[in-house]
Amino acid sequence: MNFTWFLSVYNVYRFIARFFREAFLPPYEFKELMRQCYEIGYRSALLISTTGFITGLVFTKQSRPSLSEFGATSWLPSLVGIALIRTLAPLLTGLIAAGKVGSSIGAELGSMNVTEQIDAMEVSATNPFKYLVVTRVLAATITMPILTFYTAMIGMLGSLLNVATNEGTSASAFFQSSLESITFLDVTASTVKAILFGFTIGIVGCYQGYNSSKGTEGVGKAANASVVIAMFLIFVEEVICVQFFSFFLT
Amino acid sequence: MEQKKITDLSQEKVIEIKELDKSFGELKVLSSADLNLIKGENLVVLGKSGTGKSVLIKIIIGLLKPDKGMVNVLGNTVDQITYKELLALRLRVGFSFQSSALYDSMTVKQNLEFPLVRNQRSLTKAETAKRVDEMLDAVGLLKTLHQMPSELSGGQRKRIGIARTLILQPEIMLYDEPSAGLDPITCMEINKLINDVQERFHTSAIIITHDLTCAKEVGNRFAMLTDGRFEKQGTFEEVFNSGNKQAQPFYDYNFIQ
Repeated sequence: MNFTWFLSVYNVYRFIARFFREAFLPPYEFKELMRQCYEIGYRSALLISTTGFITGLVFTKQSRPSLSEFGATSWLPSLVGIALIRTLAPLLTGLIAAGKVGSSIGAELGSMNVTEQIDAMEVSATNPFKYLVVTRVLAATITMPILTFYTAMIGMLGSLLNVATNEGTSASAFFQSSLESITFLDVTASTVKAILFGFTIGIVGCYQGYNSSKGTEGVGKAANASVVIAMFLIFVEEVICVQFFSFFLT
Repeated sequence: MEQKKITDLSQEKVIEIKELDKSFGELKVLSSADLNLIKGENLVVLGKSGTGKSVLIKIIIGLLKPDKGMVNVLGNTVDQITYKELLALRLRVGFSFQSSALYDSMTVKQNLEFPLVRNQRSLTKAETAKRVDEMLDAVGLLKTLHQMPSELSGGQRKRIGIARTLILQPEIMLYDEPSAGLDPITCMEINKLINDVQERFHTSAIIITHDLTCAKEVGNRFAMLTDGRFEKQGTFEEVFNSGNKQAQPFYDYNFIQ
């Protein structure tokens, strides 16, 4: 750990502080924000749907033998519901978004930096930070909770398929059992985590891309660092959030 | 080749640079550089690659900060004004990039609309479209309206870049290597465009180049950047017939070899 490391931390702090300052000051780029929400949300939906469905299905299948030893397979809907809402859905969505959205933001801003497009915005009297960074970070922060609950729902559908095939449980009975076990605190914890993960993915991708070194190598490094750092931070935040919300649960 | 009208140095200065220093680490790029741009003139800044020509115009537009010295643009000391004032100043100073720097996720039309929509929010859609058409017509590329930058040639990209800069009707134009990487015919077209811009939009301009043919065709006045400073400024003959040891090989390469 040397002086450069402290300088990097200071630069990240300045970048985040600038984000909050610019986010609240007019003019607001609503059109670009909506476009980014569409890009991040809609374009990730297919990948998230597939992964969510498979996770729900496999998780149910893998949990059945342990529960059946105690004759408790009827608890499967509750188990899957709680697991998806509390941890699986936010974590899974966060990791997928870090890979798909984070890398895309890092590479896009990195290549814009390399080809002087960010400078071109600057000289045409447009604030590129507000147009490029604020919109992307806000879009990721807004979209992640929506995607998280979408993943949870799709995961439950995957679980339902397995439960209905093996136990013959109806959809209404499955969802009733599953949703009854989910508390308001579970939903709150999941939303908080999704917001944190979305912000992390957006800010890391934008920081890496916006500050990428010149050259095509810099674009690759920015995209790679966006994914690796965001995934690492998501795990760290997950641990902190679990500890924090466990305090309320107990 | 017809010699352009010589600048009257008694006229109003739109850019004034005094004792400008800029270094990148150990590398000193500009050292006590002095330069003025007179209203209405095309000033050509010549120099070898890596002598700090692009750095100079990036300091003028506020993309880089000087280490020392004064840069006054249209009455504003660039490194002393607020970011908001700098954005306002940039509306009056156009910058044409060496790489054109077109937004590659947008069509030509959207590229031209971008600065207008953001800076002149009172304009209606019809007025914006009219301005875009006028500018594309001025650079002779109206037919490229719905094309993507990747579908354009190098010369077309340069022209669209200049059109995007001109759409905000700046008083000063800064051209960074306008003829770099282009074939001689396209270079001549770009030179003609620079002259047309000066006549039609009454702009003052700094043109960065190391192409003396381009320089002679578009410049009213010339400044040779050597060792971080402008040792010789004046007409083409004054700069290249001065016996300057740095300028002479430059001339010989362009016109003799």
